[in-house]
Formats: sequence, structure tokens, C-alpha cells
Amino acid sequence: MKPKITKLETFQEMELKDKLASSFLAFENQIDIDSYVHDIRSEAFKTFEDKGFPSKKEEAWKYTSLNSILKEDYSVFPKQENALTYPDVKKYFIHEIDSYKIVFIDGKYSSHLSQTTHEGIDVCLMSSALNKPKYRLIIENYFNKAATNDSLPSLNTAFSNEGAYIHIPKNKLVEKPIQIIHFSTGSEAAQLLQPRNLIVVDENSHVQIIERHQSLTDNPVLTNSVTEIFGRKRAIVDYYKIQNDNLNASLIDNTFIDQKQNSHISVHTFSFGGKLTRNNLNFYQNGERIDSTLKGITIIGDKQHVDHSTLVHHIEPNCESHQDYKGIFGDKATGVFNGKVVVEKEAQRTNAFQANNNILLNDKATINTKPQLEIFADDVKCSHGCTIGQLDESAMFYLRSRGIPEKEAKALLMYAFANNVLESVKIPEIKQRINKIIANKLGVNIGFDL
Amino acid sequence: MLKIDNLHASVEDKAILRGINLEVKAGEVHAIMGPNGSGKSTLASVIAGKEEYEVQDGEIILEGENIDELAAEERAHKGIFLSFQYPVEIPGVSVTNFMKTAINETRKARGLEDMPAKDMLKMIREKSELLEIDRKFLSRSLNEGFSGGEKKRNEIFQMAMLEPKLAILDETDSGLDIDALRIVANGVNKLKSKDNAVVVITHYQRLLDYIVPDYVHVLYNGRIVKSGTKELAKELEEKGYDWIKEEVNA
Repeated sequence: MKPKITKLETFQEMELKDKLASSFLAFENQIDIDSYVHDIRSEAFKTFEDKGFPSKKEEAWKYTSLNSILKEDYSVFPKQENALTYPDVKKYFIHEIDSYKIVFIDGKYSSHLSQTTHEGIDVCLMSSALNKPKYRLIIENYFNKAATNDSLPSLNTAFSNEGAYIHIPKNKLVEKPIQIIHFSTGSEAAQLLQPRNLIVVDENSHVQIIERHQSLTDNPVLTNSVTEIFGRKRAIVDYYKIQNDNLNASLIDNTFIDQKQNSHISVHTFSFGGKLTRNNLNFYQNGERIDSTLKGITIIGDKQHVDHSTLVHHIEPNCESHQDYKGIFGDKATGVFNGKVVVEKEAQRTNAFQANNNILLNDKATINTKPQLEIFADDVKCSHGCTIGQLDESAMFYLRSRGIPEKEAKALLMYAFANNVLESVKIPEIKQRINKIIANKLGVNIGFDL
Repeated sequence: MLKIDNLHASVEDKAILRGINLEVKAGEVHAIMGPNGSGKSTLASVIAGKEEYEVQDGEIILEGENIDELAAEERAHKGIFLSFQYPVEIPGVSVTNFMKTAINETRKARGLEDMPAKDMLKMIREKSELLEIDRKFLSRSLNEGFSGGEKKRNEIFQMAMLEPKLAILDETDSGLDIDALRIVANGVNKLKSKDNAVVVITHYQRLLDYIVPDYVHVLYNGRIVKSGTKELAKELEEKGYDWIKEEVNA
């Protein structure tokens, strides 16, 4: 018999767990008991109950404590529905381009703000995919097949009901990007959101997706999100996560990506906002000649915390992975980069690159960076490098001596530092938006178009 | 234009400049020579406003205004330009974007609107031709992977773009082959007018064959120990600095 692991939980954690347990019972009663996912949900909730919330004692959570966000009395289901009008929230969309939109307000689908489709491709809702027979096959083949049974993904699986469902059949080039946006309006004193996204991109298809979580209130919000992405043979997926939430919003993003041969999947994560952000980004290469790209820019200050925990699992030969994360930390901000690369014995001729470069703007800001390479194949090229530094004084003097004031010179150097991450962004409007967010954040107004 | 009066400066409590007196008038070219470690580059950096240097005593006056308390960018806005001995490599910032930012920030400080893009492009084209700079070069990252000659040409290109009142050229000749030296010197000469002034810091007479100074000063041990005309530079080239050191120490 497996010994039960006992661990010390805070009172608040126990309270929240109790609340989740009773909420789960209520949730189970209200939805179709025969549904295929019912067993998966029940199993997942048991797993979560056994494991509990992650603590700093676990290696993977050593530098990120959830204590400060678990003390809130979160409501799990919103009691009232709030409406938003497009002009109110337009600025959170990449509105300069034509796009499909899947929009949620306090966890509930907003048909008013969304633009979904079933013409040739399915860009719609997880709730309908889970309930309608025509999606049954995809759900049975893919739902919860890439997500791990770690505690927080399990908690999400237990409550999985709503989110984005995207299925691109083979040989489709989806011309319009798809924007997935989650708003929270503060209708509850504190809110827990658990969106669940499933994205299946079949052979030879190409899609671009933009994801954003935005709180419109100062009330605390905790989002525990799970996204599963499946890229079949020669699929191309470009995924952009724009994280610029307000200082009472926290995000635990669990993204699991399963790639088949010759597929190219990239994820760019732009972390500028939020109280606590944890990005668990996992790539599994189940095929040959796969390319995986993981890039990120983090610019935070105040007491913000951003943790990037990445995993690239090289399982088959002749694949590549490219990781490049840049971080700029001011005030008392804290950052974590934990990049794990596993190269299995069969995965010969793997090229795996990882870089994490950081600038600390003062003595109070910290970054913990930890590359983890586990290599079992012998014919591989793997490199990793991390740097932590300050802004280059001689470069500052050089710029200032040309008439560029201190603040602008700092901003220019930060742009320059982060620039190569933006180079691989394929949607120019996203690049412009990121530039604008950075400029706002740094309090400068200069027309850099790097 | 520039008047330096009894300037004392140190870095990390080490005195480097020990009482510099120098006056540069509009339309003049001054050369400052001297052995290694005499304080030439420090003098250039102190005039340009590098913060690591602490001015203990004395004054730097630009057009009647004491600029001691001004930040480097404010001095640039007032028309001071330093051509760096070792231009800093800044990956990710193109030469063009850097120049645009520098010019528009300077204009902003002077209460002017941004330069229209068309005028900017025209100016960039003219000035890059003057320095025989390839257009492709302008979209490269600032100084990154530039050869020694390219870096120095790029410095003078920036000078041409910013049109300073007082340009200080810190060992602009070092690392240049004879062709690059001629291009750089030719550029400087074309930019010279009766309204601006140039201070050339150099080890060698070579550059002064092309940029002919009105006055030559010898800096030794943090002081200007000898001043003269261009003949002094020739004498230094022939005899080295030992005779000056002996004179000073005697």
C-alpha cells in the first residue's frame, strides 16, 4: 500500500481545500454524470486532494511561495454575470487586426465580445465541445492527454468546464489569429478562475493564437489555467501570451504541448504585470525533426513575482529546441527561471539551446536562475547560459553623451537587451503593442521601432 | 567658447587632473598631446560629464556658463560632443535608430519639434556620404562587430549629424589605417567652421598633418606643461616626451 504523504498545510490552505471539495461536489451534481470527462474529473480531484497545494519544500516550487495568494477567500463560481461593452475593453485586444475572439467574463463565455467560427475550423467553447457528440472523438483522443497530474493541473482538470476549444483540421492555413481573453470584473470579493483550453492542430496546418488574462478590478483574482496544445505532423503553431495584469491578479499558467514529427511550435511569453505569475511551460517531442521555441521577456518592479518553469522533453532523434528568456527586475521584484531539458537515450542528434539573461536594476531585486540538463544520448548539441548583470555604465555614458537623457537611455538599453526575443514575433501588431507596453512601463515616450 | 580654469578631478580618490587651464575660442583647433597616463582621456571625459570623475576644484565654462553641475546629456544639448577612444558596442540598437533618438532628444531639449522623417533621411544620406559610410552599415547594431576604422568613422558620422559647437576627438586616429585616417580627417575638416571648435587628443603627429591645429598643448601629470603651435607637435614627434618630463621635473 502506498503510504499517505502528510504535509504541513496552513490553515488558509486547509480552508481553501475544504471549500474546493464542497464546490466540487456541487459542480459534479450540476453537470452530466455520464459524460466521458466525469471520471477524469473525479480522479483529478482525488489527486489534488492527495497532493494539496505545492509548497516551497518541493524542488519545483522552491522559489515561489503561494502562501500570499492562497489566503484569500476565493469564490469558485461567480454568482452574478457581468457584461462588458467592447469600447470598455478594446484596448486589451490586439484590435488593429482582424481576428477570431473567444472571450470570457468572470469565467463565463461572452458571446457579445467573441467571434467564433465553425467554417472549416472549430474556434469555439470547451463547454460545448465537452457536451456535444460531434466533438466526442477529439475529446477522447486529446483531452487531458498532455497535462500532467501535478496538483494544480489536477485541480484545473477537476473543475474543467469552460475555456477555448480550437480544432484546425489538416491542410488549413488559418489567416486570422485567434485571441483568447479572460476578463475578471470584480463581481466577487475574490475570485478563482480555472479556464481549460484545448487546441488541436492537424497535419500541415498553421495557426496563431494570442492569450491574455485581464483583471478590471482591484479585487484579488487567482487564475489556474491549463492549456493543452497538440501539433500533428508538420503543424505550425505560434502562441503569444501577454501577461500585463494588475497588481492584485495572480496567474498560474500550465501549458502542455505535444508535438508530432516536423511540427514547429513557438510560445512567446511577455510578463509585465500581475502580483504572482507562474508559467509552467512543457514541451513533449513525440516525433522526429521537431522544432520547439520558448521565448520570454519579463519586465517587472514593485513586489511582483514571475516564475518561468520550462520543460523540453526530447524523446526522438533529430529535433531542436530554442529557449531565450530575458528578464529585467526593478524595485523588490523577484524572478525565477527554471529551465529543464531532458534528452532521452533515443534522441540522438538533438540540438537544445537555452539562454536566460537578466538585469537587476537595484540591490533589492532578485532572480533565481537554474538550468537543469538531463542528457542520456551521446550525440547531442546542448548549450545553456545564464547571466545576471546591471545596466552597462559605459553604454549609459555613451548614450547620454549623445544627448539621450538618463531615463530614455535606460529604456533604450532595456529595449536593446530584450530585442532579439521580439525579432521572432511574427505578428507586427503584437510587436508594436509590446513596445508600447514596455515604453509605458518605463515611463518614456520614444518611437523605438527595434 | 570653452574656458577651463584650474580644473582638479579625481577618480576613486586618485587625483588625475591637477590644475588644468585651457581656453578654446570659436573657429580654433587645439591639439592635446602627452605621454600615456597623463590625463588626456580623463580631461575629455570630465568635459563631457562622465559621472565617475569627481571635480574637486576649478570650473568648466562653456559660452560663459558654468557646466560643472550639468549631466552628460545636458552638456550634449549645449553642443559638446565627445568622439570616444573606445566607442561602446550596443547590440540591438541600430545606428539609424540611435541617431534619430539622439537628434530628437536634443531637439526636444532645445524646445524644437522632432525632425521630419524626410529631413532625417536626407541628412543621414548626406553625412554618411561625407564619411564614405555604406548604407547597409546604418541598419547594423551600433558598433557591434565594427572594425576599429568603422567605429571611428561612425563617431565622426555622429558628430556630423549632431553638429556640435565643441567637438573633442579622443584618440580618433588610433586603430586607423591611412585611408580611414584621411576619410575621418577630411570629415572633421569639412565640419569645421568659424562658429565651432575642435579639441584633438592624440599621441601622434600623424593626425595633425590632416587636422592642422592652431595650438598644441602638452599634458603631463595632470597639468598642461607646455603650449605652442603646430611646430611643437613636430618637435614631440622627433624627440619624444622625455625632454618635457625633464624640464618639468627640474
